[in-house]
Amino acid sequence: MTSAASAAGDMGPVLAGLLQLLALIGALALVYIPLGNYMARVYSSTKHLRVEKWIYKGIGANPDTDMTWPAYLRGVLAFSAVSVLFLYLLQRLQGVLPGSLHFSSVNPAQSFNTAVSFVTNTNWQSYYGEQTMGHVVQTAGLAVQNFLSAAVGIAVAVALVRGFARARTGELGNFWTDLVRGTLRILVPGAAIAAVILVACGAIQNFSGIHEVGQFMGGSQQWNGGAVASQEAIKELGTNGGGYFNANSAHPFENPTPFTNLFEIFLILCIPFALTRTFGVMVGSVKQGYAILATMFTIWLGFVALMMWTEFAHHGPALQAAGGAMEGKEVRFGIGGSSIFAVSTTLTSTGAVDSFHSSFTGLGGGIAMLGMMLGEIAPGGTGSGLYGMLIMAVIAVFIAGLMVGRTPEYLGKKIGGREMKLAACYILITPALVLVFTAASMALPTPPHSMLNSGAHGFSEVLYAFTSASNNNGSAFAGLNANTDWFNTMTGLAMLLGRFLPMVFVLALAGSLAEQKPVPVTAGTLRTEKPLFTGLLVGAILIITGLTYFPALALGPLAEGLAS
Amino acid sequence: MNNSVTNTARLLGAGLRALLVLTLVTGVIYPLVVTGIAQALFNNKANGSEIKADGKVVGSSLIGQSYNLPLKKGQTSPDPDLKWFQGRPQNGLGANSLNTRYKLILSGATNLSADSGAVKGVCPDQPADKTLCAQVVAAKDAVVKDNSVPGYTVKPSDVPADAVTSSGSGLDPAISPEYAELQVHRIAAKNGLSVAAVEKLVKDNTQGRTLGFIGEPQVNVLRLNIALKDLVAKK
Repeated sequence: MTSAASAAGDMGPVLAGLLQLLALIGALALVYIPLGNYMARVYSSTKHLRVEKWIYKGIGANPDTDMTWPAYLRGVLAFSAVSVLFLYLLQRLQGVLPGSLHFSSVNPAQSFNTAVSFVTNTNWQSYYGEQTMGHVVQTAGLAVQNFLSAAVGIAVAVALVRGFARARTGELGNFWTDLVRGTLRILVPGAAIAAVILVACGAIQNFSGIHEVGQFMGGSQQWNGGAVASQEAIKELGTNGGGYFNANSAHPFENPTPFTNLFEIFLILCIPFALTRTFGVMVGSVKQGYAILATMFTIWLGFVALMMWTEFAHHGPALQAAGGAMEGKEVRFGIGGSSIFAVSTTLTSTGAVDSFHSSFTGLGGGIAMLGMMLGEIAPGGTGSGLYGMLIMAVIAVFIAGLMVGRTPEYLGKKIGGREMKLAACYILITPALVLVFTAASMALPTPPHSMLNSGAHGFSEVLYAFTSASNNNGSAFAGLNANTDWFNTMTGLAMLLGRFLPMVFVLALAGSLAEQKPVPVTAGTLRTEKPLFTGLLVGAILIITGLTYFPALALGPLAEGLAS
Repeated sequence: MNNSVTNTARLLGAGLRALLVLTLVTGVIYPLVVTGIAQALFNNKANGSEIKADGKVVGSSLIGQSYNLPLKKGQTSPDPDLKWFQGRPQNGLGANSLNTRYKLILSGATNLSADSGAVKGVCPDQPADKTLCAQVVAAKDAVVKDNSVPGYTVKPSDVPADAVTSSGSGLDPAISPEYAELQVHRIAAKNGLSVAAVEKLVKDNTQGRTLGFIGEPQVNVLRLNIALKDLVAKK
C-alpha cells in the first residue's frame, strides 16, 4: 500500500481525473451493445416468464393486448396516481407502522412533496433521511418507487420508439407488460448485483435499529442502520437520486470508497446511454442509435471537461483562500471524481450528489444547472433521456427542413403540423414551469427567507430548486430551506407537471407517428444517421436552451462566477 | 358518465394491484435477499465497518470523528486535543431536530457559496460571521498556530485545502497525506515521539489511489490515531 501511495503521488489529480474519465467511458462502451440489445429483446419478446404471468393475473391485465396512446397514457397516469397516494399514506401513517424506529409521522406538506418527488423520478428531498424516514418507508416506499418510476420512464420511451418503428397502427404496446418487464428483467437483477458489490466495498445493509457505537475519545455516537446498499444501487441505476442519508452519496455508508464513486457514476449512465442502442435495434437501424448516442456523449463530455476545468481552477474568494475547491467535497473522491459525478447526475435526471453543488465554484454551479436546463437528455434519465432527446431530434429535423424547404421526415415518418405542435408543447412546458415558479418565489415576500446565501447565489438557490424539480432531477443548492409550505407545495406541483405533461405529449406524438405509413427514403432525405445531423442536433439543443434560460443564468451563476 | 367512472375505478384498481405486487418484489423480497447475502458474506461491512482498539469498538473506519478535549466551563465549542491527529472541519454536521429522543448525527455540508463573506472578490482579514470566508480563514489560522512547534514553522501556503474546508458529508473519515504530514511535528512533540517514527506511521497509514488512478490518496484518521495510540503505549 505504501509503495502504491508513493507511486501514485507522482501523478497529479488532473491526470488521475482524466484516467478515471477514460476508465468510465471504457466500461460504458463495454456494456453498450449487450445491454442495449438485451433491453430491445425485453421490450420486443412475445414470451412471458412464469412469474410475470402470475403478476399479470394479480393485476388482472391481459399482457398481450396492445394499447392505443390514450389507453397507454391512462395506464401511466392511473399507476402513478395510486403510487403517489400510497407513498403519501405510508409517510402519514409512519408513527403507527411497526419497523419504523418509532419515528413520528411526516407532516402533510412534506409527505405530499416526497411522495410526488419519488413517483416522478425526481427524488427532491426536503427532509433529512436519517432522522425522518424509518425502515418501512425507506425500503417499502421510497426504494420501491426508485424501481417503478424508472420502469415507467423506460416504458414511455419504448412506446415512443414503437411509434417510430410501427406503421399504420395506432398501437404502442401494453403498459403493464412494459412496466413489469422493465422492473423484473432489467432493474431488479441489475440492482441486486450492484448492491452486493457496494456492500463488498463497505456500504451498509442491515435492519438494525438506532444503536450506540463507541468512540476513540470515549463516549459514543448514535447510528441509524438500514437497507442502504440495496437502495443506493437502484437509486443510481434508475437515475433516481434520493439519498438514504441527508449527505446522499457523499455519506461514507452510501459511497464508501473511490471505486464505489466511479461505480455509482457508471450505474447512473449505463441504462440511459444503452437505451440509444435499444432504440437503434427497435427502429431497425443501429446507426440511428449511434447518431443519438454521439449527440448525448458530445454534450456530456463537453460538460465534464468544463466542470473539471472550473473546479480545478477553483476561482471564488473562499476557495482561493482555502487553496482548493474542497468545500463540500470528500477527500477520497477528490475534485476529479466529484466533478464527473456532478455532471453525470445533472445531465441525467438523477440528482444524487457525492459533493455539494452549492459550494462549487460559481461557474461550476452554473454548469450543473445548465445540465438540467438542457432537459436532461445527455444522456438523461432512464427513458426520459431518450424520449427527450428524440423530441429534440424531431425539432432539429424540422429546422433542417425549413432551411432546405422540404417536408421534414425522421426515421421514415413525416413531421407535419400535428407532430410539431406536440414537440413544441413538450419543450415549452419545463422552461415555463422553471421561470414562472422562480419568478413567483422571488416576487413574494416570504419565500426568499429560505435562502441561505445572499445576492446572486441566493437567487441561484431558488432557480436551482425549480430547475431541479421541473426537470425531475432532485439535486439542490442545499442551503435553501425547502421544508416550508410554499416550497413543499410549489416544488411538488413543478415535479408533477414537469413529469406528466411532457409524457402526454410524448405518447400523443408516438400515437400519431405509429398511424403513419412510412415515407420512402429518397436522395433528398436528410440522413439522420450522419455526423452532420449530430452536429445540427447538438446546436439545436444548445441554442434553444441558451436562449430560454440565458437571462436567468446571467442573474445567478454567471454573475457570481464573473465577479470572482 | 357512469361508464367512465366504472372504467376509471377499474383502471385505478389495476394500478393498485400492480403497485402492491411490485412492492412485494422490489420492497420486500429484493431488500431481504440482498440483506441475507450481505450479512452472510460481508458481515462486518454490512454492519458499518466497526473497528476495535484494545478490544473495544471505537467507531467505524468509514465515519469521521472529532478528537477534542472535554468541553470546559463557558465554552460553546471544545478545543481540539492536539495529542491526536485532527480530521477535517465538520461545519456542515447537524443534530437531529425531529424524533429528538435520539441523538443522531445529521450528515451534511455547509452549502455556503464560494463567494460567501467575500468583499470585492476576496476574503477580507475579518470576514463576517458564519460565512465560508470566516470558516476558512479561522481554520487556516488555527492549523498554522497549532502545528507550528519549536523548530518547525508552518506557513499559511503549506496548509492543504482539505484542512480548512468541511466535507460533503461532514463525516469524511480521511485527510490528505499532505495534511497528515503537516501534523507530524506537532504529534511528535506532544507525545514525546521522534519525528521519524511519526512520519513512518503516516506513511504506513497512507492509502494511494485505487489501482493507481481512482480517487485521491488518503489517510484514515481513526486508523492513524489507533496506530499512534499503540506506538505511544509501546514507548
